[in-house]
Amino acid sequence: MNQNKAIEVKSVSKSFGTYQALNSVSFAIGSNEFFTMLGPSGCGKTTLLRMLAGFESPDSGSILLGGREVVDIPPHKRRVNTVFQSYALFPHMTLEQNVAYGLENLGWNAARIRGRVGEMLERVHMSQMAKRKPAQLSGGQRQRIALARALAPEPEVLLLDEPLSALDLKLRQAMRDELRTLQRDTGITFVFVTHDQEEALDMSDRIAVLGGGEVQQIGTPTQIYEEPVNRFVADFVGETNFLNVDVLETASGQATIRTPFGVVLTVPATGRTAGGRATLSIRPEKINLGDQAQGIAFEGRITNKNYMGGYTHYTLDVMGTELRASRRNASREGDTITLGATVPVGFVPGSARVLAA
Amino acid sequence: MSTRHDVKRYPGLGPLTVLFFAYLYAPLAVVVIYSFNANRIAGVWTHFSLQWYASALNNAALMNALKTSLTVAAAATTVSSMVALAAALAIVRGKNLRFRKLSETIVNLPLLLPEIVLAVATLILFSLVGMQNGMLKLIIAHSAFCTPFAFLPIRARLQGMSLDLEEASADLYADRWTTFRRVTLPLIFPGVFSGAMLAFLISMDDFITSNMLSTGGTTTLPVYIFSLIRSGTSPELNAIATLLILASLVLATAALLAAARGARDNA
Amino acid sequence: MTDSALHATAEPERTPRIRFWHGLSFWGLLPSWVLMGLALILPIAIIAAVSVATRGAHGGFTWDFNLAGYRHILFNEGWTGELEFTPQYLLIILRTFVLAGATTLICLLFAVPVAYFICRQPPGRKAALVYLVTLPFWVSMILRVYAWMIILGKEGTLPRFLEYFGAPAGLSFMFNDGATLTAMVYTYMPLMVLPVFASLEKLDGTLIEASHDLYGDRWVTLRRVILPLTAPGIIAGAILVFVPSLGAVLEPTLMGGGKQMMMGSLVQLQFGGGRNWPFGAAIAMTLMALVMIFLIFTGLRTARRGTAL
Repeated sequence: MNQNKAIEVKSVSKSFGTYQALNSVSFAIGSNEFFTMLGPSGCGKTTLLRMLAGFESPDSGSILLGGREVVDIPPHKRRVNTVFQSYALFPHMTLEQNVAYGLENLGWNAARIRGRVGEMLERVHMSQMAKRKPAQLSGGQRQRIALARALAPEPEVLLLDEPLSALDLKLRQAMRDELRTLQRDTGITFVFVTHDQEEALDMSDRIAVLGGGEVQQIGTPTQIYEEPVNRFVADFVGETNFLNVDVLETASGQATIRTPFGVVLTVPATGRTAGGRATLSIRPEKINLGDQAQGIAFEGRITNKNYMGGYTHYTLDVMGTELRASRRNASREGDTITLGATVPVGFVPGSARVLAA
Repeated sequence: MSTRHDVKRYPGLGPLTVLFFAYLYAPLAVVVIYSFNANRIAGVWTHFSLQWYASALNNAALMNALKTSLTVAAAATTVSSMVALAAALAIVRGKNLRFRKLSETIVNLPLLLPEIVLAVATLILFSLVGMQNGMLKLIIAHSAFCTPFAFLPIRARLQGMSLDLEEASADLYADRWTTFRRVTLPLIFPGVFSGAMLAFLISMDDFITSNMLSTGGTTTLPVYIFSLIRSGTSPELNAIATLLILASLVLATAALLAAARGARDNA
Repeated sequence: MTDSALHATAEPERTPRIRFWHGLSFWGLLPSWVLMGLALILPIAIIAAVSVATRGAHGGFTWDFNLAGYRHILFNEGWTGELEFTPQYLLIILRTFVLAGATTLICLLFAVPVAYFICRQPPGRKAALVYLVTLPFWVSMILRVYAWMIILGKEGTLPRFLEYFGAPAGLSFMFNDGATLTAMVYTYMPLMVLPVFASLEKLDGTLIEASHDLYGDRWVTLRRVILPLTAPGIIAGAILVFVPSLGAVLEPTLMGGGKQMMMGSLVQLQFGGGRNWPFGAAIAMTLMALVMIFLIFTGLRTARRGTAL
């Protein structure tokens, strides 16, 4: 992690009418970081992004860019550029003119602008189309021009508002890699907004999960997925099973619990879980079936089976509790786990997690 | 298309539409044909002649009326376009919600009122104030009733334009004026242009108000044509009408083509 | 394609935009308020005042409160000051309504089938036909009325044509309500076709197919699917035709001749030859009130329809 803070958000709140969009949100983003704000619609992530760009101002709190308070600074005076969800390419200008626009407003001289525009178009592999207008481009090409336009002025921070959401699936995967490479090469801080958890996990250095106008958790993709701090995060990022459990004892990040199946075990825990009820979260792929069952083992009946090609989803009935499990189809032996069959089920205690109920 | 049961087809509509277009264009065609008739009585065809065009073009009163109309229309178009542009920006992009609805109604009011009421009302006002300048009277009145025609296309264009573009411009270091000059105005220009075109044609076409306000020196084209019609059909009139029909059709086509091209370029 | 469409709507985040043109509202609206205030609202206020003023001896008026202008619509004042009911002006108001209504109805009768037919053409031809509907509208109104004068008038195209087939010579179809109506329908037709076309074009074709699928024939489909869904366009067209029809001046003046007046031509007359300004103002106010009542009525109806849907 870099020590320099590119962005600091300090107890920022914002409401629209009676609707509280952001409730005292604070976090810092380091320079060179690929930082993602992840959350469902209405979680406040876009509002936050628009505040960084300057299109929205907080009701209270402060925002620092490179250590400087920017709440009262208008968008055109912030060294921050945005890749809009709609791309917002100027339809009346050629691609060249679009990329040059920011540089012209910064007062660069013509020769320098020409050089930089050429370089940026080269970088996004669009040099051949410099004289075209945005209407003649495909979605992926527009995306690239929007990126080139936003990166050309060498901003301190690049803001990306769900930039991949309008692309089709294959293109989206390719653009993820391209974005990641661009970020590494340029060393510019990227702040990326998305509701797609897979995208967030794939690209980010760190992720902030937002929900209900508040930051739920900030951490690396592995932390977010493997060590969710609460039910919201565990539920929103990836799939999981929630089991209501009784906490018997807690000590140094571990909790001893009794599962609905009667088994007593000790698993990693987060949050205040001392005594009483809590939630055990266990991801479907952590549950093993049939001859692969290991760790804590019990039996379950297969009530539903969804064959997905690369893997298969199973729904199990374990002593009246429904569990979902998934199994990679490494070979065709999984064919033997059939609907209605009763099979051994198991998981390793270390792969489950106790969350505050 | 070649289904045996095209349920969206209603029989007889084709011939009806053909008749409809014949009905739309036949009267204009009649005027054009008569304009080439040598006979003083238009309905009695003698032979092809251009004599009425020659006498129309040499008619000093007609040329004066044309000059008056063009002057008034040009001035009213300029005033109403600027008023409409400012109003559209404020109404679509401004933040003051309270007066927005009311302002929009005010700008569009001339469309809701019968023109004759407005015409006599303006006449009374000017006679009370004692305004003598006939040209100025016409320009003020025309500017007012042309404004909604200039306003509506600009507003439509502005509403169709994503705020993202103006935000992107601000994001790329453009101040408000630069954004207006380089992003907003170029993108709404087709609307401004067709609005101005509309305003111009409406002003050129106006009879009711101009007839009320016109004095000896400031006879507009429609008022002059009205006096020709009233004084018994002059054969020259058909030639004048044909020229004007031609001019309107060419102008309207140009305006529509420009608007269509603008729409395509800025899709 | 469906994927991107899904994502496009996936973020209905409640973020009212900042108003980019902050502070523009006042200066932007000022010119229109000044222009409309001086050239529209002030004159209307004055004409309202004149309608209750006293007629001057030699035209014009004096500022003495007097309802004679309005009284004159219904009653004639005799030599000795007694009031005598005269239906003359009431008939003009009635004629205005009947002609404007008939104009609207006839326009509608033509507009719906023609607009429907245009709608079903391939894109290129469709655009061309819409253009052809619009085009005559750009020709000066007075010339469009004039064209009908030389068709219907004495020695006109139609009488000549009929003469050819044995009709008596010297026929004229001018100077009656039919002539006025003909010119009005002709001048306002595009105002009906265009909005009806616009709303027909928005009509989802599969709805028509669904109606037939559910055993509706063409007539049932027209009555129960097409027309109700095109109602907004029909109402818009009706307003666009009916309102200027009520205020028509040129058509009754030129086609109806001196006798077959409408409210518009009556107003014009009072400020020209007749010179009873308060009476003219009273008629003008009545005309404006009728238009306003009609607009409010249709506005309310469409609003209610909007909430009901």
